[in-house]
Amino acid sequence: MRAGESGVIWEIQGGHGLMRKLYSMGARPGKKIIKVSSHFWRGPQTIEVDNMQIAVGFGMARRILVAVER
Amino acid sequence: MNIEKILLIGNPNVGKSAIFSRLTGAKVIISNYPGTTVEFTQGKMKMGEESVMIIDAPGTYTLEPTCKAEDVACRMLGEGGLVINVIDATNLERNLYLTLQLLEKGIPVIVALNMWDDAKHRGINIDVKKLEENLTAPVVPVCGLTGEGIKDLVLRMPEMKPSKPFVSTDGQKWGKIGKIVEETQKLTHRHRTLLEILEDLSIKPFSGLLIAAGVMYCTFWAVRFLGENLIRHMFEPLFGGLWSPLMLRLSAFLGEGSFFHHILIGNLAGGGIDFSQSFGLLTTGFFVPIAMVFPYILSFYLVLGILEDLGYLPRLAVLMDNFMHHLGLHGYAIIPFILGLGCNVPGALATRILEERREKFIAATLMAIAIPCMAQIAMIVGLVGQRGGKYVAVIFFILFALLIIKGLILNRVLKGVSPEILVEIPPYRIPQIQAVIKKLWMRLSGFLKEAMPFVLLGVFFVNVLHMLRIIDFFSYIFTPVLTGLWGLPKEAVSVLMVGFLRKDIAVGMLGPLNLTTKQLIIGSTILAVYFPCIATYIVLIRELGVKDTLKSTFMMLVAALLIGASLNLVLVD
Repeated sequence: MRAGESGVIWEIQGGHGLMRKLYSMGARPGKKIIKVSSHFWRGPQTIEVDNMQIAVGFGMARRILVAVER
Repeated sequence: MNIEKILLIGNPNVGKSAIFSRLTGAKVIISNYPGTTVEFTQGKMKMGEESVMIIDAPGTYTLEPTCKAEDVACRMLGEGGLVINVIDATNLERNLYLTLQLLEKGIPVIVALNMWDDAKHRGINIDVKKLEENLTAPVVPVCGLTGEGIKDLVLRMPEMKPSKPFVSTDGQKWGKIGKIVEETQKLTHRHRTLLEILEDLSIKPFSGLLIAAGVMYCTFWAVRFLGENLIRHMFEPLFGGLWSPLMLRLSAFLGEGSFFHHILIGNLAGGGIDFSQSFGLLTTGFFVPIAMVFPYILSFYLVLGILEDLGYLPRLAVLMDNFMHHLGLHGYAIIPFILGLGCNVPGALATRILEERREKFIAATLMAIAIPCMAQIAMIVGLVGQRGGKYVAVIFFILFALLIIKGLILNRVLKGVSPEILVEIPPYRIPQIQAVIKKLWMRLSGFLKEAMPFVLLGVFFVNVLHMLRIIDFFSYIFTPVLTGLWGLPKEAVSVLMVGFLRKDIAVGMLGPLNLTTKQLIIGSTILAVYFPCIATYIVLIRELGVKDTLKSTFMMLVAALLIGASLNLVLVD
């Protein structure tokens, strides 16, 4: 998923804690997200869910599987 | 119903503190980034005839805490009382999860639908009546910043009632939330605002770094410009023109050489008063905090307040994330560092927003060693700056290098990895002048109330120790380190002793020692590194525990010994 693209969250693969935190911040399967920016060298990714932006570390972001709309 | 205690609970950065300050009139720091409140604050509010205790708790996403700040909120909840659940009207869905968790526990809840005005501007319409029916709890739209709706909130508080506890799975909760949002919220499309375009630009890699460089440069320039001009055009004339004649009269009255003259006025220089050298309570004791430090504290907190309220700091955190990982931290650890630049005490407290013990330890240790507070910076600029601006730059370069080296080492040596950043990026909000000034006033009066006594105590302490010749004894013991290792005169021992109390006055004490520029650089650097001030140290003990604080202290001392010795070898006069 590249910056500027949008998609729908398919699945979040991760521990219970990560999943709960992401869920409670609005990032859940079925939600539409937009990737706002991506930093180099496996830097943090910024995503937008429900009008709200969240910065997510690269490793976490990799576990958010998204069906990208092209 | 008899109400005794009310808790403000809600997600981070939804404006709990703003509502708290509206309800109680109490002064709390309000900013536009998650994690401003890390401790709870109590206040009292009149409700009819009775006075009720209100508690402002740190923000939390769920009732299962993930860091110490959240833990504080959850523990407060366990102690009973009613709850004002503050939710962000622009983010209904995410906020309702916590609301449902609260209702599930059967706690009496009233929902304050905050940022109501903001939601309207964003084209979000919420049917409050329907929301109330769905939640079976009173819902009141409010705007914490302007105070709109707060009266209604208070009037409707008696409607709160305990509900029957129930249990539902996360899936059920999200299902219910989806239904509620669908029924109550309508979105109308609207165009992107200029602020939103700026939001995106400041978080993208290239434009973001450019903007960050611009912001830092402007911050630096503004703080310096304001500070210098306040000193030159306001505080120096004030002391020179008004205070000095008064002090000279007092000096004549007391008689030079008397005990009280020594304590209050200090040493006269050629019949006049040199405020930075005389070291009396009423001369240097007042001049250093008020005329040398205060102007910089004022300009720094003014600029910081604007950046905080705008919502810039989390964006800087994201940009710095990669760099911070090399130091064993993630980007959000920049918040304690930035606050630490103002004063190390709130900086140390802010480590609570970090998730893990390792991270907290690294952040607190690095801050204590390599982040000088504004009081100290002001004095370094004032004192070392007289020898040339480049020497000030040398000191900051050394400290910055120390921060990086120490961070690299700690990241290698300590077991574990640094967790990744996961933080909400708030929308930009135009800072409101009144709010910025109110916050500035709180921080300034805090400085005067908390710092002044320590400065005066420091000056008093040094004078008494000098008179009792105790300092001579200590300088004798520490001469090998001071002179042998660091190349400083043995009198510098009193500087290090006062440095435990306050850094600003300690740096000021380097002035009368007639040091070479090299010695001045070494002295200022060591003062920053060897130990934080006592107030910070107390917070460190509380936040890290005794064992980790001792470890941290050991590192500070080793760092000071090494950096002092190597500077003494490397620098030329």
